[in-house]
Amino acid sequence: MFQIDCPFCGPRWQVEFVCGGEAHIERPINPDMLSDDEWADYVFMRTNSKGMHYERWCHIHGCRQWFNAARDTVSDKIHATYRMGEKPPELSS
Amino acid sequence: MKQQPYRLPTGGRIERNRPISFVYDGRPYDGFIGDTLASALLANGVRLVGRSFKYHRPRGVMTAGSNEPNAIVQLETGAYAEPNTRATQVELYDGLTAASQNCWPSVGFDFGAWTSHFSDLFPAGFYYKTFMWPRSAWMRYEYFIRRMAGLGSSPRVPDPDRYEKMHTHCDVLVVGSGPAGLSAALAAGRAGARVILVDEQNEVGGSLLEETIAIGNDPAMSWANKVREELIALPETRVLLRSTAYGYYDHNLVMISQRVSDHLGLSERSTDIPRQILWKVRAKEVVLATGAHERPLIFPDNDRPGVMLASAARSYVNRYAVKPGSSAIFFTNNDSAYKAALDMHAAGMRVSGIIDVRSDISGSWAQSVRDAGIPIFENQVVVATHGKSGLKGVSVMKLNPSGDGVDGVTQRVHGDVLCMSGGWSPVVHLFSQSRGKLNFDVAKNCFVPGTPVQASITVGACNGSFLLSDCLREGFLAGTEAAKNAGFEAIVPDLPDVQEPELTEERAVWETPNRLPSGRGGKRFIDFQNDVTSRDVELAAREGYLSVEHLKRYTTLGMGTDQGKLSNVNGLAVFSRCTGHDIPALGVTTFRPPYTPVTFGVIGGRDVDHLFDPVRKTPMHEWHVSSGALFEDVGQWKRPHYYPQDGEDMAAAVKRECEAVGSTVGIADASTLGKLDLRGPDVKKLLNWVYTNAWNKLETDRCRYGLMLGENGMVFDDGVTTKLSDEHYLMSTTSGGAGHVHQWLEEWLQCEWLDMKVWVTNITTQYAVAQISGPRARDLLAELTSDIDVSPQAFPFMSMRCGTVAGISARVFRISFSGELSYEINVPANKGMALWRALMSCGQKYNITPYGTESMHVLRAEKGFIIVGEETDGTVTPMDLGMDWIVSKAKKNFLGKRSLSRSDIIKSDRKQLVGLLTDNPDYVLGVGAQIVSQINESPPMPMEGHVTSSYYGPRVGRSIAMALLSGGLKRQGETVTVWDRGNIVRAKVSSPVFYDRDGDRMNA
Ligand SMILES: [Zn+2]
Repeated sequence: MFQIDCPFCGPRWQVEFVCGGEAHIERPINPDMLSDDEWADYVFMRTNSKGMHYERWCHIHGCRQWFNAARDTVSDKIHATYRMGEKPPELSS
Repeated sequence: MKQQPYRLPTGGRIERNRPISFVYDGRPYDGFIGDTLASALLANGVRLVGRSFKYHRPRGVMTAGSNEPNAIVQLETGAYAEPNTRATQVELYDGLTAASQNCWPSVGFDFGAWTSHFSDLFPAGFYYKTFMWPRSAWMRYEYFIRRMAGLGSSPRVPDPDRYEKMHTHCDVLVVGSGPAGLSAALAAGRAGARVILVDEQNEVGGSLLEETIAIGNDPAMSWANKVREELIALPETRVLLRSTAYGYYDHNLVMISQRVSDHLGLSERSTDIPRQILWKVRAKEVVLATGAHERPLIFPDNDRPGVMLASAARSYVNRYAVKPGSSAIFFTNNDSAYKAALDMHAAGMRVSGIIDVRSDISGSWAQSVRDAGIPIFENQVVVATHGKSGLKGVSVMKLNPSGDGVDGVTQRVHGDVLCMSGGWSPVVHLFSQSRGKLNFDVAKNCFVPGTPVQASITVGACNGSFLLSDCLREGFLAGTEAAKNAGFEAIVPDLPDVQEPELTEERAVWETPNRLPSGRGGKRFIDFQNDVTSRDVELAAREGYLSVEHLKRYTTLGMGTDQGKLSNVNGLAVFSRCTGHDIPALGVTTFRPPYTPVTFGVIGGRDVDHLFDPVRKTPMHEWHVSSGALFEDVGQWKRPHYYPQDGEDMAAAVKRECEAVGSTVGIADASTLGKLDLRGPDVKKLLNWVYTNAWNKLETDRCRYGLMLGENGMVFDDGVTTKLSDEHYLMSTTSGGAGHVHQWLEEWLQCEWLDMKVWVTNITTQYAVAQISGPRARDLLAELTSDIDVSPQAFPFMSMRCGTVAGISARVFRISFSGELSYEINVPANKGMALWRALMSCGQKYNITPYGTESMHVLRAEKGFIIVGEETDGTVTPMDLGMDWIVSKAKKNFLGKRSLSRSDIIKSDRKQLVGLLTDNPDYVLGVGAQIVSQINESPPMPMEGHVTSSYYGPRVGRSIAMALLSGGLKRQGETVTVWDRGNIVRAKVSSPVFYDRDGDRMNA
């Protein structure tokens, strides 16, 4: 059970959040120009990092805002949370 | 008051002025407040407390704490019954009733004991090897094995107790209130930190509860109680007793199970006080002062009743004033047995001698023992134990010069208690759960905590520091550091003076050398609870097991409530000898929560019965109830399933309801349908993104049906959206789908299309919806409204009108899920009941008939309308549903579009939606029945599809079904074979629309 620092509300229990998986995946501008493999890469493939991982969370039982988090998948330490549209902080695990 | 033959006349922490009685295995006994069930049984001379798991050997109390393998009892009966409790941890209360487990049919006469004589039948992996093949044999043996395995029995009636949960935060959480934990809590508490001190026992003190050494000028427990009083007086500090920190999770979350009233007699317990409380503590800093467990030694028949840990024997004498026997023998590889021997000697027990594997024993402990006249058998080992159901004595022999065998003659030593000590293992369970790695300390022969991963500090015996003065010093330092880390100014308290002898070195001996190889002579137990012997571990090694995790599962070593407490390091040591790998290289098995068993009651807390999940009711719910509706759960919603009349069964009620809708008018409560209010300049743009069809040309007050896809191209919701104005739309979703769709829209708006201006509000419960459906629906509506022109020209199909219905301001949607002329009347939720009553009373002349979800489903299936989640299962595209018409060719982009041209999606043999008409028109197929391309005598058969919906259709007068069939869109007219619960059924493939194909009725 993590404690997650919502950028809008402050630290809250993990039960108030849902995780939306890997962050910073942009939807391809022109999907018709992509091969099946390239499209499948966007839809299905996610990095499974050991160490620092950037992911999306939503404070679903709180302010209902989506935000990003940088979490070390080995220690589960959450190094930073930041709002959508903000650049990820430079971090190393 | 009956005599307690083994109770010492003075001493101990029991309350002699509070005698109580209890019943064990049907017999009455006496004890005192302050006893555990185990100490009271020993005081009464009860030595046989159970039978072992596999061999059903007689067993006695072996420990005085959570590591007890043998004295596992069923506490109380009926609703209060609790299996698998450890008698060593059960506080005695007046009227307590307990029964030994694991001894079917009785503890004295034991049917299972025959297995001891056939022990070759039960080697490691016995269950796997014998019972995995043939399967049928397992079924036969299972009954007996389960009975003999004695896991207690769970109560069959609801739990009468109340449980609570507490969530809290603190600066410093200290686990364990022994000398290290007390001093850590004191140092942190004095600094002003919010401290929680937690201990599983009924008093603070830990090892001090049986300690005879003074701290400063005070007896150890006086010091402990002074500290406790100081802590309680601090405003921010809490001391939780009878509370087990059983799990250490991420971000310094520690779970604690507090037994609030378990120690009270059943009649003293009050419903005002919960039985137990589950604490979820988030701590800035955690100090682990969890102590250490003494290890047994491995020698032949080391499980005979009377064999116990030296520390346990000391605890019974000092803390409970109970002699564990009449005369004691000690067997040890370290100094701690000497302490125990001296205390037992001082209490007036006969001590026959200390058998010590070490030679040239010096140091002040040995000196004190010699001064007391207790013989020491240096460089010797126990090679056999004697006695039938209880220990009578042991045989000892000298070790040979190389120390790997025995020499000379055996010598008999008499005694009815054998107190053993194989050294100490720090209780690293919580540290390990917090993901900290363990290091093997070769000098101390134990695993000690390595570098912590979370904000925690380990101190005292948990850290491998076994001297009292070290415990106090480490505790003060850790408490100070933890307080500082949590942001407080702290100073290290002054260390009290402690006079204690230095310890001499332990000799690493696990399985003591013997006359005979391990397969012969008495069994040498490593794990007493699971009956794992050194021979089992040898066998596993011979069979090629190398990983300790595999060893554990193959031999069951360290399973059950033991969880490695008593057996872990000893098992590893034997495994290490057999495999030739040293212990650090082998590593340890993972310590998993809970540290000791936790009741389901406290995990459930108040989230049981009607509080388990919220129940959602529509504004018209009470009407449905009083009209005799039977309800169906749809998500959290209660929806009327059907309204039986005069003893109708479901089929009859549904037939009547459907026929009414087809001939006059029916009314259904559609309030649960999801409703999302969309506002802003970019709503149209959003709709074009999330639906497959085009939304540019939708006019105000018109409705349009849409399918929503995931990016993988699969249908995940459908519904009708209505344009209220240029910047205001109302989207409907499936019942129970509103939350999911809302979340989906928000995710895209917040994460991908940050510049799109749309505000989404879930207004599902703000409106009540009455759906009137049938040829007389228009007449009924016309009577109740004066400001809506209901003529077909003025109010066409797929449009919306605002106005007043029955005097209530309403939005009326002319949409249809039944295939008949149909209106959905939306009014504010608090007006729902008034609307419903008005429709019912005005509709009387048309014999208006309420219908439930079952009829709704039948009606829509006759019409070939899909239900997301029935006709779709997350692998179905719009094309699979034959709904190409709803997928815009003109739109360049929408969610999921690109996936619709992936190679797998355009295959012609995909499962596609068809109708099925059984040759026998009265036969209703089962949902899930398989369409097969070949009939075999029994499954498996090659499958090519399955039935998704199936009903008897009253309006079409025969059975109908929808199915997903491989290549189905091109197989109209074909006859297929359906394997339906053993029946072989022939059916013709048809269009899934069975009723009013041209839509004349709903467009009327
Ligand atoms: Zn928030």
